[in-house]
Amino acid sequence: MTDIPFLSLAIWIPIFGGVLVLATGPDSNARMARMAALLTAILGFAVTIPLYLYFDRNTAEMQFGGGEEPLLWIEHFKVYYRLGIDGISLWFVLLNSFMTIIVVIAGWESTQKRVAQYMAAFLIMSGLMNGIFSALDGVLFYVFFEASLIPLYLIIGVWGGPNRVYAAFKFFLFTLAGSLLLLLAIIYLFNLTGSFDILVWHKAGVPANAQTLIFFAFLVAFGVKVPMWPIHTWLPDAHVEAPTGGSVVLAAIALKLGAYGFIRFALPIVPAACEDYRWLVVGLSLVAVVYIGFVALAQTDMKKLVAYSSVSHMGFVTLGFFLFNQLGIEGALIQMISHGFVSGAMFLCIGVLYDRVHSRQIGDYGGVVNTMPKFAAFFMLFAMANAGLPATSGFVGEFTVILGAMQVHFLIAFLAATTLILGAAYTLWMYKRVVFGEVANEKVAGLTDINRREFFFLSLLALCVLAMGLYPFPFTEVMHASVNHLVEQVNGKMLTLPSH
Amino acid sequence: MDMKTLLLVPLAPLAGAIIAGLFGRQIGRVGAHCVAIAGVLVSFIISVMVFQSLEAGEQINDGTVYTWMQIGSLTFEIGFLIDQLSAVMMLVVSFVSLMVHIYTIGYMSEDPGYQRFFSYISLFTFAMLMLVMSNNFLQLFFGWEAVGLVSYLLIGFWYKRPTAIYANLKAFLVNRVGDFGFLLGIALIVAYAGSLAYTDVLSEQGAKQLFEKAADPWFTAICICLFIGAMGKSAQVPLHVWLPDSMEGPTPISALIHAATMVTAGIFMVARMSPLFELSEVALTFVLVVGATTALFMGFLGIVQNDIKRVVAYSTLSQLGYMTVALGVSAYSVAMFHLTTHAFFKALLFLGAGSVIIGMHHDQDMRNMGGLRKYMPITWITSLIGSLALIGTPFFSGFYSKDSIIEAVHASSIPGAGYALFCVLVGVFVTAFYSFRMYFLVFHGKERFGKAHEEGHGDGHGEEHHGLAPGQKPHESPWVVTLPLILLAIPSVVIGYCMIGPLLSDEKGWFGASIFVSGNHVAVLAGIRETLSQGGAFGMALHGLMTPPFWLALAGVVTAWVFYIYKPELPAAIRRKFAGLHTVLENKYYFDRFNEIVFAGGARALGNGLWRNGEQKLIDGVGVSGSSGLVKLLARATGLFQTGYLYQYAFTMIVGVFVLLTFWVFFGWAGR
Repeated sequence: MTDIPFLSLAIWIPIFGGVLVLATGPDSNARMARMAALLTAILGFAVTIPLYLYFDRNTAEMQFGGGEEPLLWIEHFKVYYRLGIDGISLWFVLLNSFMTIIVVIAGWESTQKRVAQYMAAFLIMSGLMNGIFSALDGVLFYVFFEASLIPLYLIIGVWGGPNRVYAAFKFFLFTLAGSLLLLLAIIYLFNLTGSFDILVWHKAGVPANAQTLIFFAFLVAFGVKVPMWPIHTWLPDAHVEAPTGGSVVLAAIALKLGAYGFIRFALPIVPAACEDYRWLVVGLSLVAVVYIGFVALAQTDMKKLVAYSSVSHMGFVTLGFFLFNQLGIEGALIQMISHGFVSGAMFLCIGVLYDRVHSRQIGDYGGVVNTMPKFAAFFMLFAMANAGLPATSGFVGEFTVILGAMQVHFLIAFLAATTLILGAAYTLWMYKRVVFGEVANEKVAGLTDINRREFFFLSLLALCVLAMGLYPFPFTEVMHASVNHLVEQVNGKMLTLPSH
Repeated sequence: MDMKTLLLVPLAPLAGAIIAGLFGRQIGRVGAHCVAIAGVLVSFIISVMVFQSLEAGEQINDGTVYTWMQIGSLTFEIGFLIDQLSAVMMLVVSFVSLMVHIYTIGYMSEDPGYQRFFSYISLFTFAMLMLVMSNNFLQLFFGWEAVGLVSYLLIGFWYKRPTAIYANLKAFLVNRVGDFGFLLGIALIVAYAGSLAYTDVLSEQGAKQLFEKAADPWFTAICICLFIGAMGKSAQVPLHVWLPDSMEGPTPISALIHAATMVTAGIFMVARMSPLFELSEVALTFVLVVGATTALFMGFLGIVQNDIKRVVAYSTLSQLGYMTVALGVSAYSVAMFHLTTHAFFKALLFLGAGSVIIGMHHDQDMRNMGGLRKYMPITWITSLIGSLALIGTPFFSGFYSKDSIIEAVHASSIPGAGYALFCVLVGVFVTAFYSFRMYFLVFHGKERFGKAHEEGHGDGHGEEHHGLAPGQKPHESPWVVTLPLILLAIPSVVIGYCMIGPLLSDEKGWFGASIFVSGNHVAVLAGIRETLSQGGAFGMALHGLMTPPFWLALAGVVTAWVFYIYKPELPAAIRRKFAGLHTVLENKYYFDRFNEIVFAGGARALGNGLWRNGEQKLIDGVGVSGSSGLVKLLARATGLFQTGYLYQYAFTMIVGVFVLLTFWVFFGWAGR
């Protein structure tokens, strides 16, 4: 089984499928475009399932690389089409392919304009994201990394809200600025090692003074994507203007790219600099958790609120990585997966309301439970998951990261744990104002409860959230070898390299 | 007991909750309550069996159900530890829950959310049982937060009421403050002990190792963090503020969650952690002082309440304070004892109050009641029994547990014991006074009902409370309501008498190894043991008739009688005389106002400030727009050179060549 190139399939099926969907053309063929998109998405997810089933849990080596010698791409620079996943990237390929199905279903009716292009953009992006998570060649990674910006830029810019052009530009420029620094770092690493193989870079032993520069290049490049405070302000704007599907992909997948970059590039390649500037990343992460928690409290726009809560939750991810212990890193990875489900679900819930009322303002709602009881139940579950309630996925990552933080310093754990209060405060306060109470206005009075399609995708996500909360064992089981290896790599190198 | 049978204890109510919740419409009302009650009944029966098997000397169960997660050497498990401590809790929880389930059939009969309600209370029973049966900190925290969730859902059960949805958010957030401390405590334990399992941390050996590894400021910090969790859940000052407001929920859950079970989770948890707390005198003192403060000062507040449920709520706060005091003086078994007796008589009092509320057509204001004993005889007698048990009348259950607490405090020598003794003794008078104030106002005196449409009913509840219209009379509640009252009245009378012998007679006590008391603290219960060995439980009650607590309680009852039956005009006169004090009490020592302004308002203001100044002005204004403005400025500046005039370009070139040449001549070429 392992000689079937599952990774290539996971990348190219959605991309080619997306092109095919594009070919259906005008909106008169919208039905066909939707069906084709759904089929592609399902097929794209199906080919990733063997990745989990046949994953070798006992090794930290890259798997599913397909054969001995990777395909040569650009001979002169020794750029290869080199793929492979380990226990860290496995989940993101799965998560991405899964969320694509959800996004296609979610956009089924709410998108009526340029349906084929809309669906194609999501499918192509899904393929590119899989490329990012499985690329083992620096250039290949960079190409996927940059290319993925384009569909998202279009999604926001074409199907977005009234201020979409500003938001799309802001999003594009922020991330592009970061990417240029990444390119510099990649070129430096090529000059140093004579290879674009990421695994070679892991063993390169970058000189100490260069480590610092490369670390900051990575920090900006990936920090923008996470996004870390204070380079996060593109995210709320992008979310607010993006269509529901765009927000879902943005939160569930696109934000993971930055965090993934940290763990694939920064930690193993420049461990000494990571150690030196650990205080900085931990500090910024804690600012994200605490400061952004308060900012989220002040939001009156539901999407902005969830966007800020995303920033706060992603703070846990960067915090966990830079704790340099297994609890922290695995906790952060779990948090990433969970955040994919939970924030995706939160944006979908807001989308459900937006489709009906065409407002994201908290003040325009109130008493939704009276007219939409089923929706209220789902929304409650996801709100609780967002607040990190045990038995939901939201708890697992936060809990583990806090345990990891306590092994480093009480104060870090203390500040991180404030999310228990802040997260509950902003999420449930919003929930209270939107869902509870008497019917606030005529629009709310006229709401219809979720239909079957909405029920379907919300229950899929609800199952994921609960399954991960009740039994995270299978999720972490596949990570151990890779994370162990990473922790050894990082801590080992930190000891041997002279610190300055 | 094998694991599979034990698994049924929490899972049966969970199944009930899921069926009633998801398929409520299909199975209908009768179906929903049958399923839910069947689930809890299974739990109760197995709990009885567990209890009996422990009595018969069966081995203590400690086993894993499944491995939840594994990271490095740290194992996260779901598992059960069934020893005397959890067995008692299982019994109390499943019994009170069963009573409340039955009672709900009557109380909620007209509510459109009938099935949902059953689903919630069964879910609560599941969560609470998971909490008490846990064999590790993870599951403890799971249950801990899960009961908080159900409490949130149930306080806000009537989600249209602004007060209810305010109260449930408040309850959840205040509890989260406690959980914040609790989580830090657990994280500290993991950091130092490297395990989440009770066997590794709470064994005598494990506790000692933790004590040595963590060393003192941190070991005490662990205990205090854990206790902060207990303060949230068990509503100790200053985290008590959510409990009175939680009365916005339907009365059955006030009985089940906010009196008998969930709020005692903190007490149970500290008793479970006794091996840790025993090693830190500072933490014990902290526990003691907080408990004593709660016991007395929350009692005072019970005096000025007019809402019948709020009186019982403040009484619950005060009694939780008593339990905490017992924990503070290392009398863990006595705390558990009071927890048990309190669960019965307080559930009884709440359900009795609920029955009164049904009779009064959902009017909760005691000023509109009076003379109800004629109309509601069963409710009257059972409430009287509950009140007598609460104030510690000899031979009633509350006497044995409360007197034991007072004795233990008296015998204790840890710092703060003097203050605690003062608080618990004055507390006895206060308890008797507010209890019988309520009793007299509701069941005796002039009939004041029948003016529902003449005026509002105070306490800001407005039109949600219907009340009795002129000419209407209250009526006794149906049997599904009165049966639980009777079934709860029985243990409220006898359970203390039955339990105290086995519980406290010998040094190890009935709880055995499930509670650990270090050598120098064992003595606090010596006095009670001596009394018991001389005359048994009966002798203790006789002896109790001649001790100060009894006289204080009697004085409280008599004062209440004088104030509310003999000279009803007296309270108003006193209120006028001590207007300042009354205002303070009326405003609950301004805790709510303080929290609202400082914490809630402060957080909102901080959030708004950061949003306006940090996000919009600084980062987006200066940072983002600033740099884009800078780029624009530079572009415009360089754009100035692009004039299109050849002579300007030529001139610029000449100047440039001149500058470069100068540079070359005087400084040499850079890099040479």
